Amino acid sequence: MLQILPATVAEEGAELVAAIDALVARHGAKRGALLPILQDLLAERGEISHLAMQVVADRLGAAPSEVQGVVTFYSFLGVDRRGRHVIRLCRTLSCVMAGARDVAAALEVELGIPFGGTTPDGAFTLEWANCIGMCSTPPALLADAKALGGVTPAHVREVIRALRAAGVPA
Amino acid sequence: MTIRTPLTLATVHLDIGLRAALGQAPAEVVEEVARSGIRGRGGAGFRTGLKWRLASEAPAPDGRRHVVCNADEGEPGTFKDRALLSEMPDLVFEGMTIAAWAIGATSGVVYLRGEYVYLRQGLEDCLARRRAGGLLGNDILGMPGFNFDIDIRLGSGAYVCGEETALLESLEGRRGEPRNRFPYPVVRGLDQAPTIVNNVETFAWVPAILARGAAWFVGIGTPGSTGPKLLSVSGDVARPGVYEFPFGVTIHEVLKASGGDDAHAVVAGGACGVCVPASDFTRTISYEEVSTGGAIIVLGPDRDLLDVAENFLEFFVDESCGQCTPCRLGNPVLLEGVRSLKRGECTAVRLRELQQLGRTMQDASKCGLGQTSPNFFLSLVDQFGPEILDRVPV
Repeated sequence: MLQILPATVAEEGAELVAAIDALVARHGAKRGALLPILQDLLAERGEISHLAMQVVADRLGAAPSEVQGVVTFYSFLGVDRRGRHVIRLCRTLSCVMAGARDVAAALEVELGIPFGGTTPDGAFTLEWANCIGMCSTPPALLADAKALGGVTPAHVREVIRALRAAGVPA
Repeated sequence: MTIRTPLTLATVHLDIGLRAALGQAPAEVVEEVARSGIRGRGGAGFRTGLKWRLASEAPAPDGRRHVVCNADEGEPGTFKDRALLSEMPDLVFEGMTIAAWAIGATSGVVYLRGEYVYLRQGLEDCLARRRAGGLLGNDILGMPGFNFDIDIRLGSGAYVCGEETALLESLEGRRGEPRNRFPYPVVRGLDQAPTIVNNVETFAWVPAILARGAAWFVGIGTPGSTGPKLLSVSGDVARPGVYEFPFGVTIHEVLKASGGDDAHAVVAGGACGVCVPASDFTRTISYEEVSTGGAIIVLGPDRDLLDVAENFLEFFVDESCGQCTPCRLGNPVLLEGVRSLKRGECTAVRLRELQQLGRTMQDASKCGLGQTSPNFFLSLVDQFGPEILDRVPV
């Protein structure tokens, strides 16, 4: 049971607590379930808040700092809120050799944000990725969960349009 | 998916290897795999049969042993495991099931890198079909008491989790920081139980070895590097993709097949590998000569090799877990060194210091990531001295 949070905070976060409890029920109240719980939580809510980390820690019997340590270790997790869609462009050798930097420039212009940024409407986050295993069709990117190869600057507008049309990823 | 050569694995009939294994005692299966000489296809090249034997002989007080498939294919330039997981997941799962019989495991896990999340549904569907077909679950293929099932777990974007003990830490819900050896995972791995961690491709070859016999596998390749190997070829080639060659193929032959005839150099083994000059293209892909987990990145005549070194060191600075000092602090220093070489501001004395630092990182880093991160830079200085040194001010 939640021992760390004052009752008022727990009340404000009731919906979050319920969501976490559902994930704990699905994956198990054990430390080994931490990554699946965090991954699903992020997919459902678009962020892993400090409150969420404390609740998860409480449910798994871990220190909140340990959960934060895990959240900040993995590049696909993290404390900052991301946009509804995340575009991750590969910056490793084969993709860079094939023109990934030109694609990067086109993405920045089209979205009006630098890498690491999120559009003001919260729709898109732009991130770098290290090798995503698409080296035979470079340059490549991950558009949410989907891998796209052979991306040119001319494709960028279409990629963004398709993501917008897809709505919120499942 | 770009598969450029006929794959031997595509000719392997399903279930034959598993049935052959179940007709033998587990220890006999371990010995058959050992006789095949197969070595880990993720890159480290540890003998698979020996790994299985150690895990099967390690005490498991509560009877638990684990089979873990390393599908955290993060080495730059490597994508052959993605091809296998997309095109022939049954072979990978069958190999894991044979391994479970051989070492007496009841649970299996595939650690799939987060970047490959789109493969998950196909893998889950395949597992469901295997359960329905009696190939997973209880009393597999009617063998009383042989119970084994497989879970898919996702990574979250950390290259170091391809290191087997970091992978286990991640599965246990922690930061992916490599563990100290001893003990090795075969003695105490996942949740303290004896665990084998093998690469996707390693598992995929196991059904063929059981179905066709160790002698068949030994008949392909070289004495120290048996069997066929999948290579991921990318970079300045006309036909990038996944190729199968017997171990012992020359780099020249790989380039000829993939259309990289004017290559200036190749990167063998990805960011943790080495830079091979054109004068060495007669050397072979094998554990004896040029070792690779599968990545061959071809560099054409116009590529600046220092740009390549810079890209790889940026990668390692980003992906170092930060746990040990040689890797955490060494990689940024090497990166700055490469940038100073590019600017023509690195003196010969400084270059020697950087080489010494690289060798120290090879010796003193805790895990394979730090130990191999200076490889490319060091091979560049050794093999391409004039090309780099002409930018060093006198």
